Amino acid sequence: MKKIATGNKAVAEAVKQVKPAVIAAYPITPQTEIVEQIAEFVSTGELNSRYIPVESEHSAMAACIGASITGVRTFTATSSHGLLYMHEMTNWAAGARLPVVMANVNRSIGPGWNIWAEHTDAMQERDTGWLQVYVSTVQEAYDATIMAFRIAEHNDVLLPVMVNLDGFTLSHIMQPLDTIEIGDFIPPMHLPHAIDPKNPAGYGGLTGPDQHFRFRWDIERSMRDSVKVIETTEKDFYQRFGRKYGFTEDYCCEDADVVVVSMGTLGKEAEVAIDILRKEGIKAGSMRLRWFRPFPQLNLMGKEVVVIDRDYSFGFGGILAKSIEARQKTDVYGVIAGLGGQEVTFEDIADFIRKRHIGQEFWFGVNDNV
Amino acid sequence: MIDSRSLFAPDIDLISLQELDTITEIPKEEYVLKCTSACAGCSDSLTLRYVLKAAGPDTVLVVPACCTSVIQGIYPNTAFNIPVYNIAFGAAAACASGMSNAFRLAGKKTNVIVYAGDGGTLDIGIQAMSGAFERGTDFLYICYDNEAYGNTGMQRSGGTPMGARTTTTPAGKPDAKKDIDAIIAAHDPPYMATACAAYPMDLFRKVQKALTFRGPSFIHVLAPCPPGWRYSTEKTVEMGKLAVKSGMWILYEREYGKLSISPQSKVAMKKPIPLEDYLAPQGRFRGIDAKTLEMLRQHLLKNIKKLAAEEAEE
Repeated sequence: MKKIATGNKAVAEAVKQVKPAVIAAYPITPQTEIVEQIAEFVSTGELNSRYIPVESEHSAMAACIGASITGVRTFTATSSHGLLYMHEMTNWAAGARLPVVMANVNRSIGPGWNIWAEHTDAMQERDTGWLQVYVSTVQEAYDATIMAFRIAEHNDVLLPVMVNLDGFTLSHIMQPLDTIEIGDFIPPMHLPHAIDPKNPAGYGGLTGPDQHFRFRWDIERSMRDSVKVIETTEKDFYQRFGRKYGFTEDYCCEDADVVVVSMGTLGKEAEVAIDILRKEGIKAGSMRLRWFRPFPQLNLMGKEVVVIDRDYSFGFGGILAKSIEARQKTDVYGVIAGLGGQEVTFEDIADFIRKRHIGQEFWFGVNDNV
Repeated sequence: MIDSRSLFAPDIDLISLQELDTITEIPKEEYVLKCTSACAGCSDSLTLRYVLKAAGPDTVLVVPACCTSVIQGIYPNTAFNIPVYNIAFGAAAACASGMSNAFRLAGKKTNVIVYAGDGGTLDIGIQAMSGAFERGTDFLYICYDNEAYGNTGMQRSGGTPMGARTTTTPAGKPDAKKDIDAIIAAHDPPYMATACAAYPMDLFRKVQKALTFRGPSFIHVLAPCPPGWRYSTEKTVEMGKLAVKSGMWILYEREYGKLSISPQSKVAMKKPIPLEDYLAPQGRFRGIDAKTLEMLRQHLLKNIKKLAAEEAEE
């Protein structure tokens, strides 16, 4: 069904389709609209879920964990400080192998208080064992949220999935949304280690140095296995509903001499920049990274690479740029742009590409181009 | 100064009280098995034994970081014959909240019991607990209170009484014990109680009763701790009895706000034994100064008076 919706509403609509049993959430700008909409669905009976209005994000994730271990589907949504506040529990959800799905509306971290888009919040969760996907349109927010449940609950994965959408530039903008009836796209959840009083077991108790690493390795093994599950899920989604997704969204990359890599809404802005550059005769392409965990192998052989980071690791560099350098064993031109909602236009991106200095870092709005 | 002994007339038959401690109706099934890694004389495991006997097999225990995280044994073994879900220190009540909602939505009556120490309840877990009580979560929250962070080697907690030496209050704690029961009472739960494993029948019946209520219930259990309180291991039950007889620990229950003081404490409140009889065997109170001792005594008498007045009102 065709509608017009914000990114937040699209996530809520997806949750309504997937019908989690328990949703626990705490309000935070710019995520609040998601949980308001879900609370509305629950109160009108459109969604037969338990909505737990917890007193903190730490408790939101703890409640999802407590519900999930009984073998039912769970969802929460947060942003920025909320995500950081639940950090202990995001680790717990992954370690406990619980397929919790969470929407994170990317927002900067204080001080000072800044409610606008930045990826540093989710990036600080990158080592927790969560799968992370970053979306760029309202439709993609909807589709990715639906697919997140199937991927998380797949018994080769059993890890939580975080769907990331940019604060305001996606959460609060309106775009066309085509909603679907998911039918049997997501099989009923089966959690092999669900709590059963008839079969008592201890969960998460003392684990010695002779055993703990096995559980860590098991997470990594499932993270690797998730690559195939993501591929088959996205392929099945395409076959059923006609919309195609992958680890990256590539635009004019094949014959490109220079590729700009970014995540989230900046990736859409970059496509416009590519059109401009192509008209100037510059063979440029855009690669929008969708899945940050598991981090994919990128096809950047023989190309110059410009990376836009809407995040930063102090004392190290742009997190995406450094990840690509490490994984691809190539130097990149690292551009730090869009922090705390800093405006970045397609013209700015075209400029980053034109004035690239491979091997260097450029803080947009701070340095002159070095 | 109030002399509590003159406030009440002794009229309880002490022989019938002793009968209350018979344990014939307690089931023989054991859910705490004989392989815990608890310290000798541990009242956590003793408490849990009666809690689980009262709750029965259709129960899930939610345990934050505390001594119970340790005494259940090391993976792949467990000493508990019911499902135990271990969760982060400050998260037990929130985790139980999700679990209870999931079970109830699925039409399951499984008991969800948080079993947390004083640190996980009075300190780091208080926010999640307050939220869960305010939301009317259908669960039982049991705080077993050994009045310090036992698992990490006896640091002071909000539950540590004034004057007690811990590893972080080597000169004795200057602050009073946090009144968690008053905080819980402010949430107006259908059922709340205090207990001590030195009175197993009382504890057993309170757990059974708590689980009959829909919504949140709370039981605060005093848990004497030999290494923490520095008394010899065979004296755990005796320490619990001394706590009750001195009036330092008062056994009661509140049903929809209505207070009833348990018979053992009614006797004790009328004629408490000297506070020193309770403090003297405990190394943690050794060398307590006269002023602190007097403050403890005044606090004790104030508490007795307050509870007696509340019960008399009703």
